[in-house]
Amino acid sequence: MGQTKEERHILSVLVENQPGVLSRVAGLFSGRGFNIESLCVAESTDPLVSRMTIVTIGDLGMVEQIKKQLNKLVNVIKVVDFTGTDFVQRELALIKVRARPENRAEVLRMVDIFRCQVVDVGAESYTVEMTGDEGKISAFLNLLKPMGIKEIARTGALALAREKK
Amino acid sequence: MKKLTGAEILLRSLREEGVDTLFGYPGGAVIDIYDRLVRVDIKHVLVRHEQGAVHAADGYARTSGRVGVCLVTSGPGATNTVTGIATAYMDSIPVVVLTGQVSSGLIGNDAFQEVDIVGITRPCTKHNYLVTDIEDLSRVVKEAFYLARSGRPGPVLIDLPKDVMTMTAPYRPGKRIKLRSYQPTHRPNLRQLDKVVRLVKEAKSPLILAGGGVVLSKAAGELTRFAKKIEAPVTATLMGLGVFPAQDPLWLGMLGMHGTYRANMATSRCDLLIAVGVRFDDRVAGKADTFASQANIVHIDIDPSSIRKNVPVSIPVVGDCRLALKILNDLLEKEKLNGIREVRVPWLGQIEEWKSAKPLAYEQDRVIKPQYVIESLYKLTRGEAVVTTEVGQNQMWAAQYYHFDKPNSFITSGGLGCMGFGLPAAIGAQVARPDEMVVDIAGDGSIQMNIQEMATAVQYRLPIKIVLLNNRYLGMVRQWQELFYDRCYACTGMDHAPDFVKLAEAYGAAGLRATRPEEVEPVLKEGLSLDKPTLMDFLVEKEEMVYPMVPAGAPITEMLLV
Ligand SMILES: Cc1ncc(C[n+]2csc(CCOP(=O)(O)OP(=O)(O)O)c2C)c(N)n1
Ligand SMILES: [Mg+2]
Repeated sequence: MGQTKEERHILSVLVENQPGVLSRVAGLFSGRGFNIESLCVAESTDPLVSRMTIVTIGDLGMVEQIKKQLNKLVNVIKVVDFTGTDFVQRELALIKVRARPENRAEVLRMVDIFRCQVVDVGAESYTVEMTGDEGKISAFLNLLKPMGIKEIARTGALALAREKK
Repeated sequence: MKKLTGAEILLRSLREEGVDTLFGYPGGAVIDIYDRLVRVDIKHVLVRHEQGAVHAADGYARTSGRVGVCLVTSGPGATNTVTGIATAYMDSIPVVVLTGQVSSGLIGNDAFQEVDIVGITRPCTKHNYLVTDIEDLSRVVKEAFYLARSGRPGPVLIDLPKDVMTMTAPYRPGKRIKLRSYQPTHRPNLRQLDKVVRLVKEAKSPLILAGGGVVLSKAAGELTRFAKKIEAPVTATLMGLGVFPAQDPLWLGMLGMHGTYRANMATSRCDLLIAVGVRFDDRVAGKADTFASQANIVHIDIDPSSIRKNVPVSIPVVGDCRLALKILNDLLEKEKLNGIREVRVPWLGQIEEWKSAKPLAYEQDRVIKPQYVIESLYKLTRGEAVVTTEVGQNQMWAAQYYHFDKPNSFITSGGLGCMGFGLPAAIGAQVARPDEMVVDIAGDGSIQMNIQEMATAVQYRLPIKIVLLNNRYLGMVRQWQELFYDRCYACTGMDHAPDFVKLAEAYGAAGLRATRPEEVEPVLKEGLSLDKPTLMDFLVEKEEMVYPMVPAGAPITEMLLV
């Protein structure tokens, strides 16, 4: 419908914790040509309810459709769009970086600056755990890149609304 | 408490929902259900292909306003239902599809006749279930019927593993439904409706567009009252035909790709478009950004995702169409509308001009014109038949030349455009309305897609009438080839067809044929009077075109006319 500016939206979706729900949501995105940048899902405070955090990109019309279509799924309880609201966002990344004797010190220094942790040490590599928002994680990855990143595992964004003041 | 088998619990639960008819086809995975079914008070109609079962249940639902139900076996039985399910889904028809499944212990093992039908039908059902615990069974059935008929209706599938059907448990009727994750907005927002009233009072040239949602919410009466009150002309989508009497001077005919000249023109010139229960499909809206570009658009629909999906809307109203129209009518009672007739004079005059400039037209000469067959059918049935259609030119001529006055009387696959729908749908319609004349307006291509259901009609003595517009072509595709592909009729010839009269007779039905215009009425008269399934084969003009036509993707005012 002609609104072209694309934006990143973080949706928090409460769904019934039942088999098939993930595939209903994922199928909705693929079937209707919506984008998923990341999706993570786990139980919420209520064991019968899971929280999905979905990061998507689209113009206003598309994001409105995404929310409406999600709401239409029978197992979806609630959809919240964090964009434009006050919320905290975090992502966890595990990064296996090459750590030869000559650059071990450099890696540890950066781990220190970014307040991450080394969670596994090998002869050839360190595995670093870091949490942060998108910007922090990509800044860290950019700095590590010259040393050689062997593998990465990321959760995708998680988000919760901040308490109203 | 006495224990029942899963099959017995299923059937009890169906009875609780008021089910009196199942359309189905047996097989290993549902043999236990069938074994019980013949002992209870539910009629079973044995179709000849599972696609036919879903279409029949669908036709039953569309003509009765109740939920249609079908029952098929696992594997191929289940996959054969997919086209029928997608048809019902696109047109929002309440159908419950019961599929057998292999025993729960075998699921996932590629067992004999196992398919993941819940996975396959996820995108084309409103919701679906796999029942793995007999304790869930009666609740799931209750939920399925509730989901199928409430909110924006649609098909719901229940997959039933064989072992769940044979194990036993006490029967506990499903409790009242409360789904925290499913609460359709039934009651529209009053403030929005106040705004609608204001726009109605200000409008000089308003237009009402009615769709399938008006049929589904049983709102035809309120819609007609509304239109007359505000003196606004009415058009409808294919799915909305019948919600406003075609005899009324305010009626414009259908809108869209094969809509009337005046309906399409009125849509592009109106200053207020009140769209009720529609979803602005591309066959209706054409080039969406030019659609009703001079109008404020009011869009009333129970499904929020239909609103602002394809066209911009000034006033969205989410809610049940009938309730919204009823409240609007009540609000308008309090308004002084006495001057409205004079205000409308120029607008209605303009519409009259469009109507006489470019009416629907054809010329009947030496070869039978399909339009003439439909007009004659309309005349001879006094417009009172329940009409189902196949898909293609036959469907569009039925929409244009059979003038529907009542809802639930034009039964057609709108959204999916599913060839092969008409005959099984007619069977479902005749089961739902045994005392009425049911006619399938068919094409020679489409009728062959579910021709096997002739046997069903004969077996159950359902005196449906098939009016076959036999142009020896996949006519609608040929029409596109003629207009847009340099008359290259690639693979659309249908000369290798059976002798349809003999075919009907082979099934035990009656077959009649008309080859010349003067035979049309006598054949119709005879065929309509027979008390058994009857196929009437009309050899019509091979290359007749459906006009008006708006090329796909063009603004709806760019009409190719006769
Ligand atoms: C199942 C299915 N396959 C293909 C099509 C594409 N299609 C649309 S209209 C049409 C021609 C239908 O031919 P016929 O039934 O003879 O009707 P006519 O247009 O000639 O009246 C076809 C092939 C369809 N709509 N449905
Ligand atoms: Mg044909």
